[in-house]
Amino acid sequence: MTARTATLSTYWDRAGGVNLLPVAVALIAFLLIGAPSSWITLTVAGLAMGMMLFLMASGLSLVFGLMDVLNFGHSAFVSFGAFISAAVLAGLGGWLAADSWVLNASALAAAYLAAICFGLIAGWFFETVIIKPVYRDHLRQILITIGAMIVAEQTILAFWGGTPFSVARPHFLEGSWIIGDVSIEIYRAFAFALGAGVFVLLYVGLNRTRIGLLIRAGVEDREMVEALGFRVDRLFIGVFMLGSALAALGGAMWAGYETLITPHMGADLMIVVFIVVIIGGLGSIEGTLLGALLVGLMSNYVGFLAPKLALASNMILMVAILLWRPNGLRPAVK
Amino acid sequence: MITSDTRHTTGTLVIKSVVALIAALLLFAPFLFQDVRSLEVAARICIFIVLVASFDLLIGYTGIVSFAHTMFFGFGAYGAAILLKQMGPGWTPVLLGALAGVAVSLVFAVAIGLLSLRVKAIFFAMITLAAASVVLVLASQLSQITGGEDGIIYKSPDLFKTATKLLTDADGKVVRLWDVKLNGKLAAYYFVFITSLILFLAMLRFVGSPFGTVLKAIRENEARAEAIGYRVVAYRTAVFCLSATIASLAGTVYAVWLKYTGPDTALSFSIMIDILLMVVIGGMGTMWGAVIGAVLLILAQYYLRDLMGAASEALTGVPLLPELLAPDRWLFWLGIIFILLVYFFPRGIAGTMMTGRKGA
Repeated sequence: MTARTATLSTYWDRAGGVNLLPVAVALIAFLLIGAPSSWITLTVAGLAMGMMLFLMASGLSLVFGLMDVLNFGHSAFVSFGAFISAAVLAGLGGWLAADSWVLNASALAAAYLAAICFGLIAGWFFETVIIKPVYRDHLRQILITIGAMIVAEQTILAFWGGTPFSVARPHFLEGSWIIGDVSIEIYRAFAFALGAGVFVLLYVGLNRTRIGLLIRAGVEDREMVEALGFRVDRLFIGVFMLGSALAALGGAMWAGYETLITPHMGADLMIVVFIVVIIGGLGSIEGTLLGALLVGLMSNYVGFLAPKLALASNMILMVAILLWRPNGLRPAVK
Repeated sequence: MITSDTRHTTGTLVIKSVVALIAALLLFAPFLFQDVRSLEVAARICIFIVLVASFDLLIGYTGIVSFAHTMFFGFGAYGAAILLKQMGPGWTPVLLGALAGVAVSLVFAVAIGLLSLRVKAIFFAMITLAAASVVLVLASQLSQITGGEDGIIYKSPDLFKTATKLLTDADGKVVRLWDVKLNGKLAAYYFVFITSLILFLAMLRFVGSPFGTVLKAIRENEARAEAIGYRVVAYRTAVFCLSATIASLAGTVYAVWLKYTGPDTALSFSIMIDILLMVVIGGMGTMWGAVIGAVLLILAQYYLRDLMGAASEALTGVPLLPELLAPDRWLFWLGIIFILLVYFFPRGIAGTMMTGRKGA
């Protein structure tokens, strides 16, 4: 085979294939928007939103890949994470109000840690009590996790009431940097950096460690890994807890981003998270990141260009991608 | 999995007689319970029986979960509502609205079915959820057409006005039968009752037909049904379209009865959760279960809240319990009951009774 037979698609693949889609979307948006300064602001907002969506969606995708379990109650972790971190921040109001940078940061860290710890514990509880009895029965899984979602949402309503809850932000994350005529909200940059950090950790963990190897092998072929003598079910509890903790962290970051949260936020975000997971392809975190960035960028660009289409744009994106690749962009599950 | 054995066991007889009793109560509801609220409850039960049974066609007979059922219900309701508002009261807008609702529902059902049933059944659940939420947002944003969050208020056909006299005596007053005025409200209730009955009987007939048997075969063993030569995707898409059509018709009837259509009564996600709870509590894959589930849940919705309010007040002072027992928290308890039911009685009330005590 000579170089002449190289088709457009091989060039496409060599250049990065589907990974280029977010870049393509950004370029098209640049042409449509015209003004570079608003384009940069929107792109940063889109990337930050994408990273938070990635945190919420990655656990869902991995859990499905590893154990064929689809958790419709995943949104409960997101809303609980948001409310717990908001409550911790409200409780540590003294630290937040203090003039010291260190105290501010430690209040935020405490809030995030509380959300993560809750995610770990609730994830363990959820997996052993709610999901374990219905392995391998999709219908009952969907029903039971929906039931769990209802109970979780009602619990939040019972604790915090139905009125919107305002979230305090540490002082050093307020405001924005102004470079020329471009303004970048600091919180968005922070959310992007934190999300990117978590992605790198996850990526290295999955690709460079022994446990990561086992998880990836389990996604490919669970029975084979079990036959080799590994306890995939224990691994699964670990992945489930990790996924729940990430969702709670994502919720906590989202709470700071929105600054006003309601008990329904989890259910509202769930739709977007599902779209992310479907676009990205179930079971791979690279796919999830790709889907999350696409959705984040798309909703910010479309929200600027044609506000009424903002939510429909995600749906159109999903339909288009499913028509092109019925299993999503980078599925790990065949 | 769920098995629906239709042999005439005692359980089957009990379930069928309960359903017959419910039907009789609904038939004479205006004469038995003579206040406005009870009639409202009875009409809501009729419509939800149809809605839940059409959802049961999907979940119970093909094993796929759709979250877009309220979307179809909403298409039917909004179709009638928009036309009744634009063209004024009359039968033409109702008919045209019903047709338009069904047409839009069919287009959506075919598109969603072909797009997602091909891949994985679990994709279907996610995609229907996404589609339904987008439609809900659109309905509240396109306020020129749909009335936005406030919905649409309109008049139903003249026959159903409370002032309409169906029969008059010599003095020109409305005839009373067992102390009930034979007025338009009564006609409206019987319109709801009879259309619901026809739709329900049609579904019952459909489930017993050869087509229904194929659906059961697909539910029990998809690969085997495919191997015998039935095209699973085609059958699933067809039944999805059918259930969408019936949901849309039920929506039209509800819109005519309520004389108001808005996101909360026709499209919201909480209606979807109600339907899901009704079908699981009643029993999937039996059709009779839909009747029992709808009746139980709607009665609970209307009357359990009062009870919970009383309990909550009685417990003031105890930490957290009053908040959990507050009337608004009734979904919390239903959610717990729902989870327990899915664990221990996945066949629901009707399914468990009808198959006897052969292992859960």
